[in-house]
Amino acid sequence: MAKRVGIEVSLAVSHAVQLARAEAIAAYPITPQTHIVEHLSSLVANGDLEAEFINVESEHSAISACIGTSAAGARTYTATSSQGLALMHEILFIASAMRFPIVMTVANRALSGPLSIWNDHSDIMAARDIGWIQVFVQNGQEAFDHSIMAFKIAEHRRVLLPMIVNLDGFILSHVVEALEFADQDTVDRFLPPYSPWHQLDPKKPVTMGAFGMPEVFAEFKMKHQVTLMNSYDQIMKVWQEWGQLTGRAYHPVEHYKTDGAKILLLTMGCLSEVAEIAVDELRAAGQPVGLLKLRLWRPFPFAALREAVYGAELVIVCDRALSVGGAGGPVLSEVRSVLYPVVPHPKVLGYVIGLGGRDVPPEAFKEIFFQAQAEAEQEPSEEFYMYGVRG
Amino acid sequence: MDKFDVASSQKYDVYASRLLPKEEYFVGGHRSCQGCGEALAVRWVCKAIGKDAVIAHATGCMEIVSSGFPQTAWVQPWIHVAFENTAAVASGLEAGYKILARKGKLPGRPPKVVAMAGDGGTSDIGLQALSGAMERGHDFTYICWDNEAYMNTGIQRSSSTPYGAMTTTSPPGKRSIGQATWKKNMVAIAVAHGIPYVATACPSYLFDLYFKVKRAVETPGPAYIHILSVCPTGWRSATDLTVRLGRLAVETGVFPLYEVVDGRYHLTIDIPKLRPVKDYLKLQGRFRHLREPEIDFIQRQVLAHYDLLLKKCEAPYPEFPPLSQTEEGE
Repeated sequence: MAKRVGIEVSLAVSHAVQLARAEAIAAYPITPQTHIVEHLSSLVANGDLEAEFINVESEHSAISACIGTSAAGARTYTATSSQGLALMHEILFIASAMRFPIVMTVANRALSGPLSIWNDHSDIMAARDIGWIQVFVQNGQEAFDHSIMAFKIAEHRRVLLPMIVNLDGFILSHVVEALEFADQDTVDRFLPPYSPWHQLDPKKPVTMGAFGMPEVFAEFKMKHQVTLMNSYDQIMKVWQEWGQLTGRAYHPVEHYKTDGAKILLLTMGCLSEVAEIAVDELRAAGQPVGLLKLRLWRPFPFAALREAVYGAELVIVCDRALSVGGAGGPVLSEVRSVLYPVVPHPKVLGYVIGLGGRDVPPEAFKEIFFQAQAEAEQEPSEEFYMYGVRG
Repeated sequence: MDKFDVASSQKYDVYASRLLPKEEYFVGGHRSCQGCGEALAVRWVCKAIGKDAVIAHATGCMEIVSSGFPQTAWVQPWIHVAFENTAAVASGLEAGYKILARKGKLPGRPPKVVAMAGDGGTSDIGLQALSGAMERGHDFTYICWDNEAYMNTGIQRSSSTPYGAMTTTSPPGKRSIGQATWKKNMVAIAVAHGIPYVATACPSYLFDLYFKVKRAVETPGPAYIHILSVCPTGWRSATDLTVRLGRLAVETGVFPLYEVVDGRYHLTIDIPKLRPVKDYLKLQGRFRHLREPEIDFIQRQVLAHYDLLLKKCEAPYPEFPPLSQTEEGE
């Protein structure tokens, strides 16, 4: 039966990967992802996980080796952060186009420069269009659960796409939390052994990675687009199944005190838990506020988000990344675009917060709430707002 | 393999050709240029590695000419991912088959893993991934098709381009003689990783190439083979001279054929008296601009390198100590 343990979230992710019986892991050290792969390598070294651990010489080779292990037919896992994800960039597109169900944890961290090892979402937002399934988690339990579910989603015959579980570096990855572990039997029943649909086998030789001339390239992209959008149904099924097993239900857009809310904050990742405190206090003070937590980032949950904002007058999007010289944060751009056809659509204002590990206390959300409320009543003074930044 | 001289190798050619596999693994219909030495090398390498092999190939000439969707020239299972990561992909393949075999999910022996890339994909952009894979000791064979420039993108220089050669990015001019640097010694780099088998080869010496590849794939651990592949398009040479140019590269000492087995060098094709490099250079338009002093310089350098190679072959000690066995014999 499930047991409750106090454990560092990175280690919980390692144990989830162990319970999922990953067969191949290729990784390169980068803060703050290191604790995950350190622990995995010790699990492999002690024979607690029957897997090949490849100590590659770069993240570029990590993801490349993952393509190799996946093409050989092994269940494959890797983890990275920030510069590491950026170094993988080229290969991330190829991994998804070649339909290898690799599972990766990204312990989100700022992209340099200046160099920062601390948390924000600029790494993953730069990899927004890589064609992987992407989810965000807000606490250790979610990190554990989604690390297991990701394999089941990615490996499904109608999906066969790689998947990223985003968890915030340090402020989530390095904290000790109490969470409920699943036992091996439960996970084994939930997640059968990986049986690859396509692999390199001398008995059934195939050519993988043929190049596409203009006559076929767009059709490949269309197929990728359709497959990623269609993966939504499978994601929902897997989440429901896990919910039935564990009692923990997950949704593409999570609601917190949204009943009757006229103003909605929208967050991703573990700042959502901080925002909940602010919403509690604002609600107690009689403010009509609620919180939307965007869990599923790719495929984008269009219908779920449109439904979630029904009746709201203002949506305040809190981004943890900046599109320099662009329309604010990437989440703001997308949410605005997705909500534009909704009639009447709520006003959408964007705040860029918590860059490079800047602390965001509950008071910040309250301040953003009041500021946005005032801005919304007039013509907004800015395209978007950088919250709490000097100069 | 044992050393044998040109005369005996030619005798060998007469009767041994019937012993070589007739199966084709790199089939016709691909789009390589007329007289492509690389396609010839690929064909014979694939015969040598046999059907129980899996190939990871880098972006480059041989990938582009052979794998335009929905066609393929590859009979063996084959994967192309990107330009610089072939050795990493091969690492993954090898590790993947290893764990599947350990878990009993792979009936029979794991397939042999062979990585292939051009000289740019090996000695420039792919060097890091290759170094990592060799250092980690994966059981795989890495083959470099060396046509001495980025031919696929239009004949730009690489670190494997020979001194003095004209390429589109090392053009001769008032202040340039063409490529200004000596060819990078990839073989020595591979040997420095302490791997059990390293060799040079050229499809102009098919038997030499064939048996080296066979030996490489059968050697446990990493093996590296550097194959000179004559490129009439990039070298500005006549398409019917491909095989002869490969022979001349060897006979002039420009590209000696040798093996480094467990750190010990030895020549596999012994050329007792080297021909002048001019015989090799004059058949190629890429060296047409060179004047006597530059050709003399190349001649001196080639001889100096060759002498050094002979000294390495005569050395009483290997380049690295043999791996001593542990108590358990493992």
